[in-house]
Amino acid sequence: MLRQIEGSRAVAETVGLCRPEVVCAYPITPQTHIVEAIGVKIRRGELAPCEFINVDSEFAAMSVAIGASAAGARAYTATASQGLLFMMEAVYNAAGLGLPIVMTLANRAVGAPINIWNDHSDAMAARDAGWIQLFAETNQEAADLHPQAFRLAEALSLPVMVCMDGFILTHAVERVDLPTQAAIDAFLPPYVPRQVLDPDDPVSIGAMVGPEAFTEVRYLAHLRQVQALELIPEVAAAFAEQFGRPSGGLVRSYRTADAEVVVVAMGSVLGTIKDAIDVARQDGLRVGAMGLTTFRPFPAEAIRQALATAGRVVVLERAFSMGLGGVLATDVALALTGRDVPVATVVAGLGGRAITGGSLRGLLRSAADGSLPALSFLDLDREVVQRELDRMAGRRRSGPIAENLLRDLGSGPRRDPAGAAR
Amino acid sequence: MSEPDRVPARSERLKFYQVGSFAAGNRLVDPALRTVQSDEGRTNSITSGHRACQGCGEALGARYALDAAMRAADGRIVAVNATGCLEVFSTPFPETSWRVAWLHSLFGNAPAVATGVAAALRVRGRPDIRVVAQAGDGGTVDIGFGTLSGMFERNDDVLFICYDNEAYMNTGVQRSGATPPLARTATTEAAGPEPGNRFGQGKNLPLLAIAHGIPYVATATVADLHDLEAKVRRAMVLHGARYLHVLVPCPLGWGSEPRDTIRIARLAGETGLFPVFAAEDGVVTEVTPIRQRQPVEAYLRLQGRYRHLFDAQGRARRPELIARLQAIADRNIARFGLDRARVPTETAATVPARGAS
Ligand SMILES: Cc1ncc(C[n+]2csc(CCOP(=O)(O)OP(=O)(O)O)c2C)c(N)n1
Ligand code: SF4
Ligand SMILES: [Mg+2]
Repeated sequence: MLRQIEGSRAVAETVGLCRPEVVCAYPITPQTHIVEAIGVKIRRGELAPCEFINVDSEFAAMSVAIGASAAGARAYTATASQGLLFMMEAVYNAAGLGLPIVMTLANRAVGAPINIWNDHSDAMAARDAGWIQLFAETNQEAADLHPQAFRLAEALSLPVMVCMDGFILTHAVERVDLPTQAAIDAFLPPYVPRQVLDPDDPVSIGAMVGPEAFTEVRYLAHLRQVQALELIPEVAAAFAEQFGRPSGGLVRSYRTADAEVVVVAMGSVLGTIKDAIDVARQDGLRVGAMGLTTFRPFPAEAIRQALATAGRVVVLERAFSMGLGGVLATDVALALTGRDVPVATVVAGLGGRAITGGSLRGLLRSAADGSLPALSFLDLDREVVQRELDRMAGRRRSGPIAENLLRDLGSGPRRDPAGAAR
Repeated sequence: MSEPDRVPARSERLKFYQVGSFAAGNRLVDPALRTVQSDEGRTNSITSGHRACQGCGEALGARYALDAAMRAADGRIVAVNATGCLEVFSTPFPETSWRVAWLHSLFGNAPAVATGVAAALRVRGRPDIRVVAQAGDGGTVDIGFGTLSGMFERNDDVLFICYDNEAYMNTGVQRSGATPPLARTATTEAAGPEPGNRFGQGKNLPLLAIAHGIPYVATATVADLHDLEAKVRRAMVLHGARYLHVLVPCPLGWGSEPRDTIRIARLAGETGLFPVFAAEDGVVTEVTPIRQRQPVEAYLRLQGRYRHLFDAQGRARRPELIARLQAIADRNIARFGLDRARVPTETAATVPARGAS
């Protein structure tokens, strides 16, 4: 059914159709609308039997999900940013125990400085936790990825994180085709756990494992991720067949057949990138794009194929590893090992900074003419940076950096805060 | 479920004044009053072969508590365990001592994991399966306190048992919020002008639990295993969040002889340092009276963690410090009416008794 609906609500509606049995809720922007909307449905009895638990923290949210999943229930929660980091110990634990929990991550920057707006730093912080990580490009896809996530998670006994850009998707009201209950029921079989806490057949779960088997346990987790590389396209194909629209899968290419430069990205920015590519192509630039829907497991082979004819690769990412550069770019470069293709990293859209068509067109031009450096920051305000560098060079007690920049950018006369304090 | 009415009230139970123990002499009593543990048909929830130290109070307490819970739930229990000695000594890879469905997740999340298990069982229509969560004092009063308080506040259907050995034992005896004043731990060394743990700090979890208004809060020690079992039984009759705080001496961390575990636990009660009581819906309903009051010194002398208080000849080095501990014990006795064989008024439990445990 076509509905004009907020992204968060579209996800909530679809998760509801997946018949979750235990849902844990803890507020954090920009995720909160999702669990609120699911909560209403549970309150009304629409999802019965389903328990909605208002927990005391995200750490508790994931922990409740762990207990529920281990006891045989389909468990779901959602979070963002600080919430993901607060629950991180349990995030690793859920994957280590092989529990098929599904969690929506409404991507948001990680502080300090505290910032509620979108980037992918939170998801990147969890990339080695052992979860499958999927990235939605649109609200339609954000909704569609959830039944796929439950199906994947339960088939593989691995937790799945569905990442959707905070605000850009969660708060955008768009047309979304919501599936029917019957269609989801046909797509998603009931949860049959591989391991369950059952007094009639008692097992111990979570035992201490020493050097004698830890590597093997981890290797088996890796094998299931590798298996997921096969299963994810199968599930996406099954979804497309049943629902008549593509969503999910590993990677997706846009106008790459003859592209000299291919921009690689994840999430909603792909829409803006495609628009910029269309414009650049009118100017005669041979540019294309490749989006990753699946970030973990990392679809290295699919990426090699998708970039087989690219002469130059630009990875545009909404996060980076300070002191290194791109996170996704590092992985993409690894996938292209042995091929003589330069991989440039462009860090963009941090903390909600808009990635504009104009900036992207400029980026495509410099990528095409070979002037793009190996690592760059889109729309970086170099003057503001320089003024703070000067302040720091001028005085030991130059004060907190973030606050200095805000004051500097403020409308009033520029003051030296340390000087003003004296 | 076993019939709750068959649970004898405290006053009806036998006391063995001759041996000074409630735990001994099962053979001498009416079969109905014997411990679950004395029954051949007990579950052995934690079976032999685990790696606890000799004389470990935690192993003993957990064994009694879980077997009693299993009996009360007709063998349908799911146990959730926090990281700590109990978890480590019971599951040395690739073995497990657990004969109940058992899940260990993390150090600080056992209450929340148990909430999740209970929620799943409700959804799956299995009210017959009961959930027990357990942790050491560190996992309860410190790192797990946030999730525990949340579980209490929501009144989730979980029996949470804290095995209090008054320090982080699994990592080598470090101070926790349940470490008593003067006790030497690896992070409150018996060094400097004020050796051992400080006065005026620490968390009294049983009273905090009562303040949450949950249906059942009780304390117990491994010196009175009939009482421990009776409290587990009572807790299992009730629903909602229930809390049991069991004092479990640790020979390794307390520097005591393994053979003295029960003796020390008994002295903790009889000095007044560890009040043994139960409260239902915020009201103290039951207090174990002290039969033969003992000075705190008798308790301290058996433990290496207090050795710094005495010189080589066994004379008190700083009598004024021991007097401060004695004052804490005396205050507990007054507050809980431990010297009178009667249930005190509600106020006893609502006044926080700092350093009471
Ligand atoms: C988050 C986290 N912090 C620290 C530890 C290390 N650790 C494991 S067990 C333990 C001590 C447990 O103390 P307690 O809860 O009192 O149980 P005990 O071993 O004394 O029975 C500590 C500090 C851990 N496993 N996880
Ligand atoms: S260190 Fe203490 S609590 Fe741990 S096993 Fe030994 S006696 Fe038991
Ligand atoms: Mg301890």
